[in-house]
Amino acid sequence: MNYTDFLKMIPEAVLTAILVITFICDFASARQTERKWMNPLVSVMFAALTVVCLLPMAPVHAFGDMYVTSSAVNVIKAILAFGSLIVVLQSRSWAEASGKEGEFYMLLTSTLLGMFVMVSAGNFLMFFLGLEMASVPLATMVAFDMKRNESAEGAAKFILTATFSSGVMLYGISFIYGACGTLYFDDVRHTLMTVIASGDLTKVFLPVMGLVFFFSGLGFKISLVPFHFWTADTYQGAPTTVTGYLSVISKGAAAFTLLSILFNVFTPMDRYWHVLLMIVVVLSITVANLFAIRQGELKRFMAFSSISQAGYIMLAAIGDKWPTSVSALSYYILVYVVANMAVFSIISVVEQNNGGKTDIDDYNGFYQTNPKLSFLMTLAMFSLGGIPPFAGMFSKFFVFMAGVDGSDIHTTMGAWSYAVVFIALLNTVISLYYYLKIVKAMYIKHNDNPLPTFNSDNNTKFALALCTTGILLFGICSYVYDWISMAA
Amino acid sequence: MSWILTIFVIIPVLMLFGLWMARNDNQVRGVMATGATVLLAAAIWLTIYFVQQRNAGNNDAMLLANSVTWFAPLHIDFAVGVDGISTVMILLSAIIVFTGTFASWQLEPMKKEYFLWFVLLSSGVFGFFISTDMFTMFMFYEVALIPMYLLIGVWGTGPKEYSAMKLTLMLMGGSSLLILGILGIYYFTGATTMDVSKLASLHMDVTAQKVFFPFVFIGFGVLGALFPFHTWSPDGHASAPTAVSMLHAGVLMKLGGYGCLRIAMFIMPDGLAMWAPFFLVLTCISVVYGALSACVQTDLKYINAYSSVSHCGMVLFALLMMTQTAITGAILQMLSHGLMTALFFAVIGMIYHRCGTRDVRQLGGLMKIIPFLAVAYVVAGLANLGLPGFSGFVAEMTIFVGSFENGGMFHRVATIIACTSIVITAVYILRVVGKILYQAVPNKKFFELHDATWDERVAVGGLIFCVAGLGLCPLFFQDIIVNAVKPIFNTIIANAPAVSALANM
Repeated sequence: MNYTDFLKMIPEAVLTAILVITFICDFASARQTERKWMNPLVSVMFAALTVVCLLPMAPVHAFGDMYVTSSAVNVIKAILAFGSLIVVLQSRSWAEASGKEGEFYMLLTSTLLGMFVMVSAGNFLMFFLGLEMASVPLATMVAFDMKRNESAEGAAKFILTATFSSGVMLYGISFIYGACGTLYFDDVRHTLMTVIASGDLTKVFLPVMGLVFFFSGLGFKISLVPFHFWTADTYQGAPTTVTGYLSVISKGAAAFTLLSILFNVFTPMDRYWHVLLMIVVVLSITVANLFAIRQGELKRFMAFSSISQAGYIMLAAIGDKWPTSVSALSYYILVYVVANMAVFSIISVVEQNNGGKTDIDDYNGFYQTNPKLSFLMTLAMFSLGGIPPFAGMFSKFFVFMAGVDGSDIHTTMGAWSYAVVFIALLNTVISLYYYLKIVKAMYIKHNDNPLPTFNSDNNTKFALALCTTGILLFGICSYVYDWISMAA
Repeated sequence: MSWILTIFVIIPVLMLFGLWMARNDNQVRGVMATGATVLLAAAIWLTIYFVQQRNAGNNDAMLLANSVTWFAPLHIDFAVGVDGISTVMILLSAIIVFTGTFASWQLEPMKKEYFLWFVLLSSGVFGFFISTDMFTMFMFYEVALIPMYLLIGVWGTGPKEYSAMKLTLMLMGGSSLLILGILGIYYFTGATTMDVSKLASLHMDVTAQKVFFPFVFIGFGVLGALFPFHTWSPDGHASAPTAVSMLHAGVLMKLGGYGCLRIAMFIMPDGLAMWAPFFLVLTCISVVYGALSACVQTDLKYINAYSSVSHCGMVLFALLMMTQTAITGAILQMLSHGLMTALFFAVIGMIYHRCGTRDVRQLGGLMKIIPFLAVAYVVAGLANLGLPGFSGFVAEMTIFVGSFENGGMFHRVATIIACTSIVITAVYILRVVGKILYQAVPNKKFFELHDATWDERVAVGGLIFCVAGLGLCPLFFQDIIVNAVKPIFNTIIANAPAVSALANM
């Protein structure tokens, strides 16, 4: 084994350093007062991580192709790091109230490390290792509010589904191993090519089953319909900060990995997974939208919204062209990170300042008492709903573009791609309906007893400022998209 | 100089900043009055400059054109440019924004927020008209739509939440059809550009044209009150505050007709040839059904909203007639309807503000009490029913003459059916004028009403001036418009022989 390969894993090395530093600091500061600077320290380190990920890095092949990065992988790592920075920033008051900020940041860092490993895997086992490294600490994070039953319930649901989906996925991976005799991505692709080219249905069957199981396993992580049943309860039960983290970072990493593996490993089987993906995307977007309409609790509502957003994220993979698809997907994730984190930051501060109120009805008349927060919430909702000039519209449009790129309406598959995009488009109207419901509650609904005026802490303000800047500028300033598409 | 057109977007953005900073009502008013005046001045300057350039023999399709690459990998540019059609539309928008500002001078509560959304809406409208890139056009189109939700939902009257949601969702549904159309156009021209004129010169795949034409046409048609997608319009207008109704009926609904011509018909002539008869039937229904519905309404705003359905239907009707005169008439109708319907809504809003009702049955004798507004109402009504001397006459005359030039039996019959709306319009206008302006005053309280204040007089007077101006010297605008319609029409005919057959049937 070549130990110098460790030096090539720069983002992972930085994350490990963060983990160690956090651990030592937590260890060294026993009293609550001494831990006041914990959050600033971690924030600064995550900011540094984001900067490191933004630095141009050459593609790496390490450990005999177990660890493979490309510029697209570096981009998604930067996006994930940036998202985690926002999560860390806005988590301050909640984490301090819990009295266990050290553990929280360590868990958060280790899940992120797992995701980094996952997105840069070059082998199914490495990928699986990363995935598990990300899921297990996440379950602990969901259960972080020990005294709330919902939190424990959410964690139980999460860990059970996570284990189950891992099992299903491993089953699929073993099929692939059986069919190809290897687990390295490149080798699997080459073997599949000959298998598919042979046209022998008995030989094709095994990898197709492998694909289906693998897809289902990741479908659980991204919470695509019909693998979404855990989402609402977990999102509702988890501490709001963790829900935010689950909905953007964890989902984004899994979605990127799925896209990357579908395009780069299951390349020869594209007609199979295209069909699979189309069905799942249509279901996710439509079913989740219909459920979201009926929700009265904001976090549950955001859970269904995030399922439908996951559908939109995966819509990018319906297209035939890797560069447009991957850049549209990464860009969508970035925009989704800022918009969704803005919403969750606001839910979080409102919850903390008003004794855990998270019903949509609680927000009636919110504009009268907290005009700035409700204005930011409106921007975020508009961005999620895809309204210009906010970034959400650009990301949606690019995803739609990617979805039909290379499709020809003269062919059946091409016509179906357009049909799927059309259904997704009609669903934007439904989603706008429920996003506007929140706006309606804040601005239009009358309330004799609105939430009182309060001041949010500086860290949340800073996180919200970052999010708002993102919502306003990531779309209009084309540099962001250029940077992402350059890497693709 | 080459970026001068972007001031139409920059000024609203500056106004947004100004409003953000404003600390009291007077500062808000100051920002709005200044901004709207500057916009109006810029639009007038643009019109004069445009005419000068044309007279000097500058025959570029787009004047003041410029573009900068925006999203290079997707071939999206930020491209601006104006031809005759967009010039008059920008002028129209500037007039409506200016008068709309004064019409909402005394609006309560939350003046600042109201004007923020109002300005965002107008920035979308201006951006749409200056853009020549499909994506940019679409973006501004949606920017113009969404503020309506809050403007109606917060400051509206009656069942405002319902109306606001209905309007927003229907228009957004239209725009989602539009996105699919845009994607189809982009991929099936095989283009490496989103510039509308360049796309039109490339031949789009004929099957794709036939598939995507209805998406784009309906997408814009929803905003142009195409039957059966017009139902948002009466509810939306009835619930909206005055200036929003003005801006919406006056300008936003014109985005529909403009987009139908500029994107759907211009780029997809083969699709047009196939779908024109179908849509012609729908627009015919819009025209007649809108007018008939207006006859039975008792709410002043509903009457005018249905009248707008009828008149905007006429715009699409004329576009589909595919003769140069008819298309010119359609643009004139957009201009004329924009002005007179804004006037109408302004006056109705002021009457409602005073009387507390818009129900025709509860109003009467207003001519004795508030003569200025009553006369303004008569002027708007007469313009609406197409009295010579006002803008409505010029537009409708051109439309029907142009439509009749199309010799096909089907088109002749359609024209005759649509012509009946002129008579029906007279019925519903004169009925209301007679009822609410003359006869006895039904309510003692009405005697205490005061006539228009200075800010209202500015709004109403300005609009009357424009309506009469367009009616008295139509040739000035007609020349600008014909000049722009000609190349578009010729491109359509040249690209699709089927359309020229249609036009000369």
